[in-house]
Amino acid sequence: MGAVTNLSSMRSEANRGEQITGRLLRSFEPKFRVSHLNFYYGAVQALHDISLAIPQNQITALIGPSGCGKSTFLRTLNRMSETIRHTRVEGEILLGDEDIFSMDLVTLRRRVGMVFQKPNPFPKTIFDNVAYGLRVNGGYRGAALADAVEASLRRAALWDEVKDQLGKSALALSGGQQQRLCIARALAVNPEVLLLDEPCSALDPIATAKIEDLMFTLKEYCTILIVTHSMQQAARVSTHTGFFLLGKLIEFNETDILFKKPLRKETEDYITGRFG
Amino acid sequence: MRYRSIWRKTVSVLMLGVTGLCALVTVSVLVLILAYLAVKGWHDLSWSFLTQLPKPVGEAGGGMANAIVGSGKLLLVAVVTGVPVGLMAGIYLAEFGGRTFSFMIRYTTDLLNGVPSIVMGIFIYTIVVLPMGHFSALAGGLALGVMLIPIVVRSTEEFLRAVPGTLLEGALALGASRWRGVATVVIPAAFRGIATGVLLSLARVAGETAPLLFTSFSNRYWSPGWSQPIASLPVMIYTYAISPYRSWRQQAWAAGFVLLALVLLVNIGARVILSRRHSVQRG
Repeated sequence: MGAVTNLSSMRSEANRGEQITGRLLRSFEPKFRVSHLNFYYGAVQALHDISLAIPQNQITALIGPSGCGKSTFLRTLNRMSETIRHTRVEGEILLGDEDIFSMDLVTLRRRVGMVFQKPNPFPKTIFDNVAYGLRVNGGYRGAALADAVEASLRRAALWDEVKDQLGKSALALSGGQQQRLCIARALAVNPEVLLLDEPCSALDPIATAKIEDLMFTLKEYCTILIVTHSMQQAARVSTHTGFFLLGKLIEFNETDILFKKPLRKETEDYITGRFG
Repeated sequence: MRYRSIWRKTVSVLMLGVTGLCALVTVSVLVLILAYLAVKGWHDLSWSFLTQLPKPVGEAGGGMANAIVGSGKLLLVAVVTGVPVGLMAGIYLAEFGGRTFSFMIRYTTDLLNGVPSIVMGIFIYTIVVLPMGHFSALAGGLALGVMLIPIVVRSTEEFLRAVPGTLLEGALALGASRWRGVATVVIPAAFRGIATGVLLSLARVAGETAPLLFTSFSNRYWSPGWSQPIASLPVMIYTYAISPYRSWRQQAWAAGFVLLALVLLVNIGARVILSRRHSVQRG
C-alpha cells in the first residue's frame, strides 16, 4: 500500500513546488493521492489543478464557499461525477496504489462509500435499505445477510432504535435517523473510505451531534472525507482541512494549524468571515 | 378612483361567475350522461342481460354476456401487447434517453396519440386482418394495444421523473449499475403511479369502437380462442343502437350503462391506488 508521504514529497509531487501546505503538516499515510486534477462541466472548468493527499483513517474536512468545487471534488473520488452528462476529468487519483479511473466502477464504489446532503433512504424497509449494497455486490444470503445488516446498523449507532422495526418503511424514520440509516447502508459493504457530502445540512443540532460522534468511532474502520459549510463543524470533527476557493485548493493542513495560523490570506479571510 | 374600483370588482365577479359556470357544465355533462344512461338502460339491465347470449330479433330477453367477456379478452390482448412496449419506452425516456432521440420519441408518441382511432383500425386491418383472411380477437386487441402505447409511455415517464434523482444516486453510489438502480429503486418508488397510468389508459381504450369495426368485428355467439371475430361492448352498442328494432335499441342503452360503469370502476380504482401514497417518496 501507499508509502509514507513526507513533507518534501508533498511539496514536490502534490503541490508543484508551490507551498500551500503548512510548515507544520506532519507526514501521514495517504489513502488518496490526487495530482493535477482538472474537472469540466461542458466548457466550464470547475476544478483547477487540484493536488493533495488524503490521510488514512483520519477525518478530512473540505471547506469553502458555495460553488467552490468542494462537492465536485468529492464526487470525482468515487466517480459519481461521471453520472452527469458532458463532464470531463483530467489528472490522476490513486486509491492506495491503484488508479481509480482504471478500476471497475462497482469495486471502486464498494471501496469508497458515499452519503449525501439530503437523507435519501430508498422507499423500502429499513432492512432492505441496509442490505441493498450487499445484494448488489452479491455473496450475502439469509443469516449472513442479517448479521451484516445488524453489524452496519450497530456501527451507525442506529441498531437500538430500529431493531424492532427492521421490516418497517425507512421513510417512517426521522431525518437524523434516515441519515444514519444512509450511513449504515454505505457501511454495510465495508468501505475503506466514506465520503460525506454536507451530511448534516438538513438536520437539527441534536441529530448533527449524533452524526459527528459517529464519525469519531468510524475513523477506526475507514478514512472519512466530509464536505461542510460549517467551519465550526470542520473544526470540531476533522483532523485535516482543505480550503477550496473558485475551483482551486488554496490550502491544506492539519485542522488546528489551518484554523489558527493559516498561511494564505484567502484562508484567513474566509475563516474570519470576511467573505463566503 | 371609486369608479375604477367598482369596475374591478364587477370584472372579478363576472369572471368568477363565467369560470365557475364552465366548471359546473363540465361536471354536469358527466352527471347528465350517467343519469340518462341509468334511466334509459336500467329497464333492460338484469342478471340475464349480464349472463346470457343475444337472442334473435323478435325474441324477448337475451343479454350481452359474450360482449362483456369479449371486451375483457380484447383488453387482455391490448395489455399484453401494448403495456410492455409502453412501459419500456417510458423507462427509456425517463432514465436513459439522450436529448435529441428522446425529443423525437416524445414527439412521435404525441403524434401517435393523435392518430384517429378509425385510421388505427384500418392500419391493423391491412397488416393483420388481410393476411389472416378474417377478423379476430387478436387483431382487435392489437389495435387497442397500439392505442395504449403512447398513453402508457407518457404517464410512465412522468411518474418516473417525479422520483427524486437522489434515490438513483444513492443506488449508484453503492455500486449498482444504472439499470439495476432504476429497476430496484426508481421503478418501485414510482410503481403506484405507473400502475395508475396503465389502468387509466385501459379505461381510455375500453370504449373505443372505431378500431374494432375493422379488426375484431362482432359475433353473436361465444368466440373461443383468439383467432375468431369477437363481440365487444362498444361495437355491440353501435350495432344495436342503429338497428331498426326497438328492443335492440333498448338493450344498447343497457350496454352503454354497463360499459360506462366498468370504465368508471377502473378509473376510481386507479385513483384509489394513487391516493394511497404512503410508500411514495416524499418531496
